[in-house]
Amino acid sequence: MEKEGLGLEITELRLGLPGGSAPILVDKNEKKRVFSDISDDHENSSTDWKLTQTKNQVVGWPPVCSYRRKNSFHEKDRLETSKMYVKVSMDGAPFLRKVDLSMHEGYSDLAVALEKLFDCFGIGEALKDAENSEQVPIYEDKDGDWMLVGDVPWEMFFESCKRLRIMKRSEAKGFGLQPKGSHKGNSKDVAK
Amino acid sequence: MSKDDDRSPPLDLRGADIAESSSKTRNCVTGSGHVTGMNPMEFQAPYPDQVLENVLENVLQFLTSRRDRNAASLVCKSWCRVEALTRSELFIGNCYSVSPKRATARFSRVRAVAIKGRPRFADFNLMPPEWGAHFKPWVAALGSAYPWLEKVYLKRMSVTDEDLKHLAEYFPSFKELVLVCCDGFGTRGLAVIAKKCRQLRVLDLIESEVADSDMDWIGEFPESGITCLESLIFDCVESPINFEALERLVVRSPSLKKLRLNRFVSIGQLYRLMVRAPQLTHLGTGSFSLAEGVAHGDQEPDYESAFAACKSLVCLSGFREIATDYLSAIYAVCANLTSLNLSYANINAEQLKTVIFHCHKLQTFWVLDTICDEGLQAAAATCKDLRELRVFPIDAREDSEGPVSEVGLQAISEGCRKLQSILYFCQHMTNAAVIAMSNNCPDLEVFRLCIMGRHRPDHLTGQPMDEGFGAIVKNCKKLTRLAVSGLLTDQAFSYIGRYGKLVRTLSVAFAGNSDRGLKYVLEGCPRLQKLEIRDSPFGDEALRSGLHHYYNMRFLWMSSCSLSPQGCREIARALPRLVVEVIKDEAEVNRGECEEHIDDAFDILYMYRSLEGPRDDAPHFVQEHSKQKQGIGLSNIVLLIIYPSMKRWRFGLEELEVQNGEFTKFSSMPPVEKQELAFTREKKKNLVCLF
Repeated sequence: MEKEGLGLEITELRLGLPGGSAPILVDKNEKKRVFSDISDDHENSSTDWKLTQTKNQVVGWPPVCSYRRKNSFHEKDRLETSKMYVKVSMDGAPFLRKVDLSMHEGYSDLAVALEKLFDCFGIGEALKDAENSEQVPIYEDKDGDWMLVGDVPWEMFFESCKRLRIMKRSEAKGFGLQPKGSHKGNSKDVAK
Repeated sequence: MSKDDDRSPPLDLRGADIAESSSKTRNCVTGSGHVTGMNPMEFQAPYPDQVLENVLENVLQFLTSRRDRNAASLVCKSWCRVEALTRSELFIGNCYSVSPKRATARFSRVRAVAIKGRPRFADFNLMPPEWGAHFKPWVAALGSAYPWLEKVYLKRMSVTDEDLKHLAEYFPSFKELVLVCCDGFGTRGLAVIAKKCRQLRVLDLIESEVADSDMDWIGEFPESGITCLESLIFDCVESPINFEALERLVVRSPSLKKLRLNRFVSIGQLYRLMVRAPQLTHLGTGSFSLAEGVAHGDQEPDYESAFAACKSLVCLSGFREIATDYLSAIYAVCANLTSLNLSYANINAEQLKTVIFHCHKLQTFWVLDTICDEGLQAAAATCKDLRELRVFPIDAREDSEGPVSEVGLQAISEGCRKLQSILYFCQHMTNAAVIAMSNNCPDLEVFRLCIMGRHRPDHLTGQPMDEGFGAIVKNCKKLTRLAVSGLLTDQAFSYIGRYGKLVRTLSVAFAGNSDRGLKYVLEGCPRLQKLEIRDSPFGDEALRSGLHHYYNMRFLWMSSCSLSPQGCREIARALPRLVVEVIKDEAEVNRGECEEHIDDAFDILYMYRSLEGPRDDAPHFVQEHSKQKQGIGLSNIVLLIIYPSMKRWRFGLEELEVQNGEFTKFSSMPPVEKQELAFTREKKKNLVCLF
């Protein structure tokens, strides 16, 4: 979007204060600290590529409240704020829960969230040391196969995860878990 | 607010020996809270002051306006006491300005409580999410003080499921719960409310974030018998509901007048509800489209007749995922509508015209800018009685197309002369249109114009927008709320200070040139209560110019301005009853530079008057400057500065030596890791909020 902005500004014909387009603020990490005197800052504006590069969305501007932004169905917004809810079941727990994968940045984050959801510990351990932990977090992927959580890079997991299950170790044997790094489509048997 | 909680008769008017007996004669309170006069069993000749107080009680109980009550309470101690006894609705504009304990100690017969928490700019993600405004301490205090409590209204507060559970348990007569822009709770909490509050009349969830705990909360309403439900608003709940249970509930709720459904209710389901509740006055239609997997077929119900049957319908909203084919179903009710909210409906000018054409009585209209200037012209032509207009952007970005402009604003100003309140998002505006509105709409009380491009001038003349806003404050003599935008110089603020004598709320963003701008406002607007400023070049000197006024304000918010920590400290020093909160920018601090020096700079100043001093639930990223903790007389102060970072916390421990009130030594210890938090909490007793 910044690049488009650059193109438009150069070619656009419009009335404005001398020196170019409307003054652009220098953003630092998309937030502002000390406000520098921008109203004199015309000459820098459209010619300074770095400045236009940082002229991206300012936090909280325009002032549309976050509730409304989430509900706006502008395509882009929708994609950005789209949630990735997957059902999570835990052996022994009476209720199914749901977790929003898009809210998490990685496996450890997810582990913490799951631990909170089910009020239990050990999921984080399970991710690190699958052999010995009591709980085995597994997920069902797009093809319907059950895989061990943590096997694949997070992005791949995010794309393919359809539901999650936290299984007891005792159940895990003989479940038909796809072994780590197994080639999908081969009928290799049995988990570790 | 008086702090006098002394309930015995004023001792200066009578002897102390009488005080005892006269308090007995006051013990005639019936269950409903009305004073009946004297207990005949203990008849004593009433003292003149006693009579006065009884009379006063009987008179003051009719005062409803809280401003009138506040004024009455200042007359004298006796009036203060009596007013406190007769106040049944308690309004707390800032949850941190007074403690629950103090509030409940003063007002003993409250039935309805309203509490507001976070400042409004928190809605725009400008405030870190864990800032505060917890309902928890309030629910505990209310529980013990007001077992007969009936109504709770909360805005921008954090409410947990646990809190909701307590609400349901502590208050057997609980009737109304309204949560606006709240968060922290989920469907689990709602389930408890539904299940346990047998007297529930109102459950309104408005623009709140409701976590999905996979709980069928609608199903928790009692399954049999008539309910007293009058209002059920849950359009913000972003999870599916048990429709069959809802349908049964609606059937059992003959008093139901307001029903606002969420987007998980399809139009087919809406139909079923409408035919069972034709008495509705306020309807939120839910998705207003077909359920997933259902095709547009011949078997569809007669939506038009369902709407036509709702003869009392005056307020229509929803349309969350509108299938515009069905829009014509609402024509039958348009003629009676006083309020129409299409702000989630992506409809164009043509589609709007077919609807708005019928809406002669419309007073409140919320809509998306997809209707373009043409749609606004149509509204202006028909809705002569319009009082409130809000035009929201479908694409809330600075560089988006901007389908509405000064043309639409001009049209509205010419067609809707009774306009009182306007919120208008646009990309381009002219001074001329704003001036026209100031002349055509003299009843304006709320004028909020958001030109989405920062610093954008009048797009026809290239001039700043000073004259337009100047005309608004000058010509709209009833103006109490103003939000400015576009390219603005100090001149605009000079106008506001000179003419905006009734302005109570002012929102400023990316505006002004220098300290003078803010000074004009702080010196010129005596009624200013709420001032929120972001990204404007106002500094310490400007801040100082408001010292005479800050105690009269609910709060001041300044973010990304030109303030310094010293400037804030100065204010805190000068005004001991002000809580001065300073919030740091997380992203900046995550640089590993804290070992070298203290990064003192901050992002947000949020200050507010308070009887309680700095709050004890402030999170790590909030520094509080307050004078109240002085006088502890420590010679060594450990100042804990916490720099939150993205993934983990880092702490800096500074040890300062104080001699004769001056800091003499300053040594910096290396940052400690999170595990040492336990240690620092122990030492917290020695931690002083400096300055």
